[in-house]
Amino acid sequence: MTPRGPAALPLIILLVLLLAAAGLLAIRIGAVSLDTREIVEAILGRGDDRTLAIVRGLRAPRVVLAALCGGALALSGMTFQALLRNPLADPFILGVSSGAATGSVAAVVLHLDARGPWVIPAAAFAGAVLAVVLGFRVAAVPGRLLDSRTLLLAGVIVGAFGNAAILLFLTFADVGSFRSAVFWMMGSLAGATWRYTALLGIPLAVSATILFGLARSLNLLAVGEGTAAALGVQVERVKYLCYGIAALLAAIAVAVSGVIGFVGLVIPHAVRLLWGSDHRLLVPCATLLGATFLVLVDAAARSAAAPAELPIGVITALVGVPFFIVLLRRRNA
Amino acid sequence: MPEPVWQARAAGFRYPGREVEAIADVDCAIAAGELTGLLGPNGAGKSTFARLLLGLGRPTRGQVLYRGREAHAWPREEMARHVGFVPQGEEMAFPLRARQIVAMGRYPHLGPWRAEGEEDRRIIAEALGDVEGAELEDRRFDSLSGGERQRVRIARALAQQGSALVLDEPSAGLDIRHEVELFVLCSRLVAAGRTVVIVTHNLGLAARLTDRVLLFDQGRLAAAGEPRDVLTEESLSRVYGWPVDVVVHPGPGLDAGSPLVVPRIGRSVERGQAERRMTGAA
Repeated sequence: MTPRGPAALPLIILLVLLLAAAGLLAIRIGAVSLDTREIVEAILGRGDDRTLAIVRGLRAPRVVLAALCGGALALSGMTFQALLRNPLADPFILGVSSGAATGSVAAVVLHLDARGPWVIPAAAFAGAVLAVVLGFRVAAVPGRLLDSRTLLLAGVIVGAFGNAAILLFLTFADVGSFRSAVFWMMGSLAGATWRYTALLGIPLAVSATILFGLARSLNLLAVGEGTAAALGVQVERVKYLCYGIAALLAAIAVAVSGVIGFVGLVIPHAVRLLWGSDHRLLVPCATLLGATFLVLVDAAARSAAAPAELPIGVITALVGVPFFIVLLRRRNA
Repeated sequence: MPEPVWQARAAGFRYPGREVEAIADVDCAIAAGELTGLLGPNGAGKSTFARLLLGLGRPTRGQVLYRGREAHAWPREEMARHVGFVPQGEEMAFPLRARQIVAMGRYPHLGPWRAEGEEDRRIIAEALGDVEGAELEDRRFDSLSGGERQRVRIARALAQQGSALVLDEPSAGLDIRHEVELFVLCSRLVAAGRTVVIVTHNLGLAARLTDRVLLFDQGRLAAAGEPRDVLTEESLSRVYGWPVDVVVHPGPGLDAGSPLVVPRIGRSVERGQAERRMTGAA
């Protein structure tokens, strides 16, 4: 299976079309229903002010952010799964989510969030990066190769510490802060703006390009580090680069949308089941499918209990958990 | 004598954080076009030495030279174009087809970006053919038997198209037929002009099919030379810490006269059985 073979290109085009269709559908759904022609015209800059404001100011950035988040989480999960040689790894495996949550909860409880809408994402990002750096510091022994299992355990330990810190902060929180902190942890795309989409979109594009370039190295690393080294892969360099990219993608995604679980676990897996484990195909397909999935889930989160909005993390978990169970049982069978 | 492919000069290797050297004071040469067996008990340093041959580790003392240049100093991809490697164990976390595994052998030739071309596909098919695995092409790797897996992994090393090949215990866990087939495949590769190094515990097959053996003992080279000179009752009993007999194969045919290494069982096992009977009765 080569990416430029007969099967790959049509598949990728199909997934792009699927994503576009999902995006269009998601923009249509909402308190004011719009038809496809109005949306296309609004995107092109035509139509009345109200429609323009709804499409270009509210729904489009949210749908684009959902797509970027889904793509980033799927790509991050795929990379961790390859590096750790564990199909059950996810973007938050190194403690990114609890690090981010610690940062944002701290910001909420200390009432720093009153200073502007950027405070919580910034605090979350700082927490996530801190967690990853801490994990690497714990796992890396000078003069020794980085052991993936040690890194995994370091991530678990850092995560546990983060969770303890969150509970400590929440103990001293007032009711309002408590509620907004908990909601943040369930994930939401409600605060989407074009600035956020750029913040996530640019790193995602760069990361996807690099990972696609490293796809063949990832194929070899997924078989074994010794094998990869013997076949000419610069194992340590590729590993650090990929861990960095995957952790950064997860950290940015968490910062703009809160903790959205299961996308990074389920999507790469579904792609593997459907089209195989070649990363040259996995990188584009997981990104596109992850994007499509989260666009649809967010549309469901907005519309299922309208005018109330369900936390998006709850829906991804509701979809993800049964999938996860099937996967686990299949593996044990 | 032509220049050897590999040459170790007082080579030593100590893993970080360990007191004892895994390899110490190894001096030896591996000649082109020969099948060399790396023998020795578990933990004697065979695999470590194999890794040094591939330049996957840097000797902490002395030198390991590949074609006159320190093995670890070769650029990784260039080394991979010279020497194919079949590592000991691999856990495939994700389903891959045999053909995809073999195609990985083309990595050092293609680098990260270029797609496989017509020529690569021909080489992949040929490598699978060489191990008589053409029919395995579309099978999933995790559905293959132990012998088939090893053949596919050897095909991957062949697809690297190096002039040399290092195999780390390729016959571990294989039954008699598959093990013999694997050794015969190795000697066929040598007959075709390749240099092959094989780490093995099968002393009998090594005695008959290798050109030279290196016998390791606690990281040191206990003996090196032609199998019939190295594989003696005295040296094997000492190195393996168990008494063995080396008997002459009675034949018929080509087998006649070749040395057979047989562990002596004698009393120790009789005693063991007696003890088991006694504890069983109690």
